[in-house]
Parts: sequence; structure tokens; C-alpha cells
Amino acid sequence: MTAALKDSASVGLGLVPMGLAFGMLVTHSGLPWWSAPMYSAVMYTGTLEFLLVPMVLAITPLVTVGLTTLLVNGRHAFYALSFPLHRVNGRLARLYSSFALSDEAYAMTTGGQARTWSSARIVSFQAFNHAYCVAGSLTGALVGSLIPPRITGLDFAMTALLVVLALDGIRDRRDDLPTPLLALLAALIARLITPGQMLLTAFCLFTAALLARHFTTRRGPADA
Amino acid sequence: MPESRYLIAVAAVCCAITWALRALPFTALEPLRSSRAIHYLSSRMPAGVMVILSLYTLRTLPLTQVRVLAPLVGLAVTVGLHLWRRNALLSVFAGTAVCVALSSTLFAP
Repeated sequence: MTAALKDSASVGLGLVPMGLAFGMLVTHSGLPWWSAPMYSAVMYTGTLEFLLVPMVLAITPLVTVGLTTLLVNGRHAFYALSFPLHRVNGRLARLYSSFALSDEAYAMTTGGQARTWSSARIVSFQAFNHAYCVAGSLTGALVGSLIPPRITGLDFAMTALLVVLALDGIRDRRDDLPTPLLALLAALIARLITPGQMLLTAFCLFTAALLARHFTTRRGPADA
Repeated sequence: MPESRYLIAVAAVCCAITWALRALPFTALEPLRSSRAIHYLSSRMPAGVMVILSLYTLRTLPLTQVRVLAPLVGLAVTVGLHLWRRNALLSVFAGTAVCVALSSTLFAP
């Protein structure tokens, strides 16, 4: 438990400014304050939460909301490939662990330092991060009206957090530079060819490129 | 303004789909766990996934306007601090603080 609290302090606390930004966005758009912590608690995925605000304001039909969720969060299906759910014991713990499988939880539990984490450490790490996110969101929603609207740029916290996770991921495998380069390329191509569906296209391209690399290098013995 | 029932229905729909996307692949992919290709993918994906997500959040940068400097300086601070001190919390907070300070004052819309 204490170990998980320490683990979550390093990256997880980056979720607080993101939650704050989301909560403030919710109240500034005129939505009721309770919808901010509710969305953070049941979805627990910053990207979708931020996207959802303008959609909810426009009273978008539920079918469209569902479809958007499917497309924006389609990437989570890939996380099952490396997330250590097989190391989580107990039915309830596994249910919760799969529910709270956010981008940040995925990044931290698949990193080199997490290889020895126990079941309890993984699950409590996820729970702490989940709590930071909801607490930030609730606080942002409640104090949002006190902060003048000219304070902008808080949503940069999400970018900063993801960049930090990317740098840690790259450093974990510093002998493998082609992988981040392929990801960069996949993202740029996706941005150009399907600007409206950048994330899903990028993930598919990136996975396809990695698979192609795997099958070609297996045959070439001279590959490093 | 949307009513409460609609807001709650949206939460329920998003929750169900997100959880299904996160949980179902574990059962579906179980037989593939021993595959070498999956092993290769799973060890290489995390870093690349974060690179893609970072670029995704930067896709709306106003590249032709001077206020783009706020997030760019914030980004430089985050990356620089992280390469130097390796303290995630420090990098995120400092980068965000710089970005908020710049975009709310010097580059205010």
C-alpha cells in the first residue's frame, strides 16, 4: 500500500491538474458541478472526458456518443496485450483492475520498474490514480467558478503527463529507437490522412508497422 | 442546457463501452499470450503508444499564431526538466505552470 502510494505520487499526481482543468471546463461551460466527478469516476480517461463536454452541451444523441467512445477508446483494446492482469489475484480485484486501466496505469505498470510489483501494489496504484483524478475533477468543478476565465492553458497538464510517460518509456528501452520513430511516423500519417480519426488510425498503423518489423527481422539474422 | 437524466445516460453509455474495451480483450487474447509476435508487440508498444497520445493532444496547436509559444515553451520546460531531473511530478507541474502563466498573460487571447 505505502509502496503504491509512492509509485502513484510520481506520475499519478500529474492527474490532479488534468482533473482540475476538466472540472473547471465543466463548470465554465454551464454543466452542473456533479457531472465532472461523475464522468471522471465512471470513465477515467482524460481524452474522452475533454471531448465529451462540447458533445454533451450540444445534446448529441446517445448512439453518436457511444460510437465516439468506441473510436476514441478503441486503443484500450491494445493495452490487454501487455498489461499484467495475469499478476492480479482475485475476481473483484481483476474486475476493478481492468476497469481502471487508464493510459497512465498502462504506462506505469508495463514499465521496467513495475516488473516485480505484487497484485496488491498494482491494484492500489490504480486506485490511487483513480482517486487523484476524481478529486481533481471535483475540486476543479467546485472552485472553477472562483477562478477567472482568463486563466487558460491548464489542459496542457495532460500533454505534459503523456510526454513524461513517453520519455520514461523510451528510456526503458533506449536500445530500441526505431519503435518511437515508427510511432511518430504513424501519428503524423494518421493526422494527414484521417484528421478526424487520428488516434485509431495511428494505433493501427503503428501495430501493423511493428508486426511487419517483427516478421522481417526474424528472417534477417544480421539485424540488431 | 442538457437535463440530469441525459447527463447520467451519457455517463452510463461511455462507462459500459470503455470498460468493455478495456476488459474483453483480456479474454479474447488469452490464447495468443504465448505467441512470439504478441510478446514482441507487448514489449514495444508502451513507449510508442505514449508518443502517439502526446502528439494527439498537440494536434490542435495554433501553429500560425504567436500564442502557440505558450504550449511550446511549456513543452520545452517539461522535456528539459524531465531529462535533467527525471522527476515526473516536477516536470508536469513546472511545464503546466509555465504554459498557464504564459497563455493567461503574455499570450492571452
